[in-house]
Order: sequence, then C-alpha cells, then structure tokens
Amino acid sequence: MKLGYLAFKNLVSKPLNLLLSLMLLSLSVSLVTFVLQLSQQLGGQLNKNIAPFDMVVGAKGSPLQLVLSSVLHVDAPTGNINLKDAAVLKKHPFVQTAIPVSYGDNYKGFRILGTEADYLDHYNTELLEGTHFERPFEVVAGHNVAQLLDLKIGDSFISSHGLAGGGGEAHDEHPFTIKGILKPSGTVVDQLLITNLESIWLAHDHEEHSEEEEPQEKEDHTEEDGNHEEHDHDSEEEHDHHGEEEHDHGEEEHDHEEEKEITSLLVKFKSPLGMVQLPRFINENTSMQAALPGFEVQRLMRLLGSGVQTINGIALAILLVSGLSIFISLLKTIRERKQELALLRTYGLRTGQLLGLALLEGLFLALIGFVLGWLLGRLGIWSVSQYMQNEYGYGLQINGPEQFEFYLLGLILVLTTIATMLASRSIFKLNVAKTLSDV
Amino acid sequence: MVKTSNLSYAYENGKELTFPDIDLTSGEHLLVIGPSGVGKTTFLYLMAGLLPSLKGKVSISGTTLNSLTRRQMDRFRGEHIGLIFQQYHFIKSLNVADNLKLRQHFPKNSNDKTRRNQLADRLGLSEHMHKKVTALSQGQQQRLGIALGLIHRPQIIFADEPTSNLDDVNCAKVIDLLKEEAEICKSSLLIITHDLRVMSHFKNQVTL
Repeated sequence: MKLGYLAFKNLVSKPLNLLLSLMLLSLSVSLVTFVLQLSQQLGGQLNKNIAPFDMVVGAKGSPLQLVLSSVLHVDAPTGNINLKDAAVLKKHPFVQTAIPVSYGDNYKGFRILGTEADYLDHYNTELLEGTHFERPFEVVAGHNVAQLLDLKIGDSFISSHGLAGGGGEAHDEHPFTIKGILKPSGTVVDQLLITNLESIWLAHDHEEHSEEEEPQEKEDHTEEDGNHEEHDHDSEEEHDHHGEEEHDHGEEEHDHEEEKEITSLLVKFKSPLGMVQLPRFINENTSMQAALPGFEVQRLMRLLGSGVQTINGIALAILLVSGLSIFISLLKTIRERKQELALLRTYGLRTGQLLGLALLEGLFLALIGFVLGWLLGRLGIWSVSQYMQNEYGYGLQINGPEQFEFYLLGLILVLTTIATMLASRSIFKLNVAKTLSDV
Repeated sequence: MVKTSNLSYAYENGKELTFPDIDLTSGEHLLVIGPSGVGKTTFLYLMAGLLPSLKGKVSISGTTLNSLTRRQMDRFRGEHIGLIFQQYHFIKSLNVADNLKLRQHFPKNSNDKTRRNQLADRLGLSEHMHKKVTALSQGQQQRLGIALGLIHRPQIIFADEPTSNLDDVNCAKVIDLLKEEAEICKSSLLIITHDLRVMSHFKNQVTL
C-alpha cells in the first residue's frame, strides 16, 4: 500500500473532475505538439525540396503558383514557355545549371515529369535498382510511387492527361516502361515518375499525328473501326481543352524543332549576383516570369507562422485554464478529504507525506494528460499525413518525442506543482483533533 | 503504560478543563465515563497527542509525549496507538481490504495478510473485503473502524464510544473482541463511553 497507489485511487474516485482536467490538459498539449510538428515538418520538407534551385522561370502568373507547381509539384502550372527562349538563359554567365521541366500527365495520380538526367543529381538521388532513363518513354520511378503502386523494373503503364488521378484521358498509344527505381530521398522526387523531355513531347505530339507515325496504332484501327472515330473525336476535344488551360501540350503542330515548349526552367546560380539581377531582367524584358523559391516559401511560411502563433496562443490559454481547473479540483478534493487527511495523520503520516500525496495526485494527472495529449497530437499528424498523401503525395512523419515536448512536459509539471502547492496550503493548518470530531 | 499528571486543556473560547490523573499498567483497562460535553473526547485526543496545546504530562510506555517533536509524535502515534473513533473515518476511495492494508503499511510497513483476514473474520467483515466502505452498513462501518484501531497491534487502544451504533449482540461481541485483542497484544484499553452495556464489563472506571 504505497502513497502512489492511494493517490491514484483518489484520482480515479472522482471521474468527472478527472475527465474535465484531463480533457483541458490534453487538448492544449495536443494543439501545441500538433501545430509544432506540422509547421516544422512542412517547413523542413519545403526547404529541402527547394534547396537545389535558386530560381524558376515559367509562364507569367503567380510566382507562388509557379514555385508550387514546378518545384514542389502541388499546384497546376502557370502555362508553358518556349524552350528556345529558356535555352538562352542556360548560357548566361551567372547561371550554373538550368534544367528544363515539362509535365502535365499523371499515372494513377503521380506526376510524370519530363526533364534532364541532371534533375535527379540535384536532389542527390541514387538508384535502388535498374538504370536511368535513356530513350523516350523510359521512366525512373520515385521510391514512394514504386512502393505505393507496386511498380517493378520492366513494368509498363499508360499515362493519363492531367495532374490528378482518375478522370483524365489516357495516352494509350505510348506506354511508359519502368527502367529504374530510386532510393528514398525524402524529397518530392519520391513522389514523381521521371522521364526525359522527349517522352512528354512525343506523347502529346502523337495525339495529333498518331496515324502516320505509329504503325501499331494503325493496326488497332483496322481491327476496330469504331475506335478510329472515337479517337479522332477525343483528340479534338483534348486539343481545345489544352488551348484553354494553357497546359504543356504540343499545340503548335508545325515547326516542332523551333517551337518546342517546356513548363518551366529550374535554375541554379553560379553567383549570388544572379539572384539580384536575373529575376528582374526576366520579369521586365521577356514574356516569361522568374520566381525565387526561397523567397516564395519564406512568404508562405510567414503566413503559416502567424497561424501557428495564433494556435499556440490559444493552446497556452487552454493550458492556463487547465492549470486553474487542476487547482480548483484539487482544492475541492482536499477540502472534501480533510477528514481523511486527518485520519492519515493519526496513522502516523507526517504533514510532508500528506503534501506528497496531493502532489502525486496532481502529477499523475499532469502526466496522463500530457501523454494523452501527445498521442492525440500525433494522431492528428497521422490523419493530416493521410490526407496530404492522398491529395498532394506528401506524407508527414510520426516522430518520437522531441526536445521541445520535454520542455512542455516540464512546464506542465511545474504548473501542476504550483497549482497543487497552492491548493494544499490548508494541509499545513490541519487541526487533526477538531477535524476528526467534526461530523 | 499510560500515565497522566496535571493534564488540562484550554479551549479557544477560554474555557479550561482539567482532567484526573490516571496510571494504567500494561494490560490494564480503563473506562472513562461521564455525560456529553464534559470533554471526554478532548481527554482522549490529549493522551493520543493529537492536540497541540498540551498542559501537564502524558507518558505512554515510558515515552513522555511532551518531549517528542511533531514528527516523532506522528510516528509514535502511528506505531503504538490505536484509535477507534466515535464517527467513523475511512479512506473512501479505497475498499475495505485496502483501508486495512493502508493502516498496516503506515508506519510499520507491514503487509500481514493472515492478521488482516483473521481480524476481518472475527469482526464479520470477511465477505465485505472488496466492497467500497461507503457500501457498508452502519454496524459494518463501526466494526471496520474497530478493526482499523486494532490491526497494527498497538500498545494502547483509545476507543471513543465504540459501541454507540451497535445492537446488543454486536455490542457484546465487540467488547469481547476488544478485550481479547488487548489480551493477545498485551495492550491496554482506554474506552470512553456512556453506554451502560459497556460499563458492566470493566471494573476500572473513572468519571469526568
């Protein structure tokens, strides 16, 4: 029969008091830990993903959208730019590397990104198995894509138009083949299917030229006449659709060599001077737009940061209320248990031990509340992670306890101790004989 | 065993009570009788060291309570004194068995299950060991109160109206039990009562 057992029994003997204090405490803990994890992990992910590039050049529009779509692959692109125009930038003295990217199709919701092999080097990716893409329609799959879709070397798939899964029309005349699977990099590359630029161009050119260039396609049509008409119809519709949305599709049927289009150009500067001069030059003198991922992400995080601060403020207020609720509930129980405390004194317990009993009860409450709140916060992260994984292909990690969370636990324990001590002052003044005689 | 001399107590309202000197040898019992309001309970609490402003001298088993520090007093009381209260006091969040265990644990740190079960058996509490104390009947509560005063084998048992809520059968049982227990543990009984049923059992009496 330890004091701890008695404290625990006392704690659970008032289930409603316990429930209220626990709910308040765990609510505040879950809010703080959830928001902190979310902002930390989002910030970390964003910074990691934008790290390889200093500038994105794409079609005019919102710079944030350009960064989100071309670097982070979560938004629709702003439009297309001319490869020829973009290529000029490659030779600029301030530019170290400039990698064209082109996209607009997906396979089961995962984006297919047409780019150069350099792109993978910038994210320091390594092959888990297989080889890099060399010819059109050869694909290297990001680790998560390969895992979630159970893709293996040699598998082939048919892409569909658009950036989200389902709905889009299939480019069934050009199956892609998996050539390699990447090791997990913890970056956006894990969520991508990467191929060369030609694949994207060919896939969309063929919608307009398929009859002449694709013998296989012809065979299909001779076998099934009805299909032919249907396909033509599809192409036309899709063509119109492209025009409206300015997606990356070979709209200009003629003059392929001259008028090849890409979605954007990812630039790494040789010197910081480029950061100062080039964006302004591009924005003022060309039909293209230059955006700085670092700047845009910072802007985004600032917006997010004020939200985080607001929620932290609310959480702190709830924490104080929960401290108050613990104080009141302890004050009440100590008053109610005055006779029991006097009885314990006749058993030989010292005042200090009675104080310890009250303290243990408070600390149990704090500890249970913290653990519950922490678990609740992580559950929140898990749910958000599931949602984000489905919507954007970004997942969050369920991390173990962090240093800050131990500080939070410390703060709560200190707060509880203070509340208990304040509530327990009457123990010092306990008149045993009088209390025991009072009915 | 218990010896008092010139014991008096001043209430907050200025009223002062003086108590007769008593001198009990080991194993000897004493009945303190008198009408309500003359300070019987105060006398008992003074001897148990539960009232701070003590005038006069109390010694139990050769230990002078006046010379003990507060902390030593707490420990001494826990170990050597058994208290049976007029109003029953229990830890309501614990069941019957846990209440008994708790009394055994402080301050002697014992967990003598045989002792616990024997005592419960003799007081008719065996079937109620896992009940909440609030679920016990009045008589059962009184018997549990008595068990709590005895379980740690104290040298002196102070009992304040231990039979007030008991019927004749149980009253006789309790008196027998108290005497028996005192016999076994070689402890003294000091019983405060105005119950005529008790008086006939003890010849050593003092009237306040």
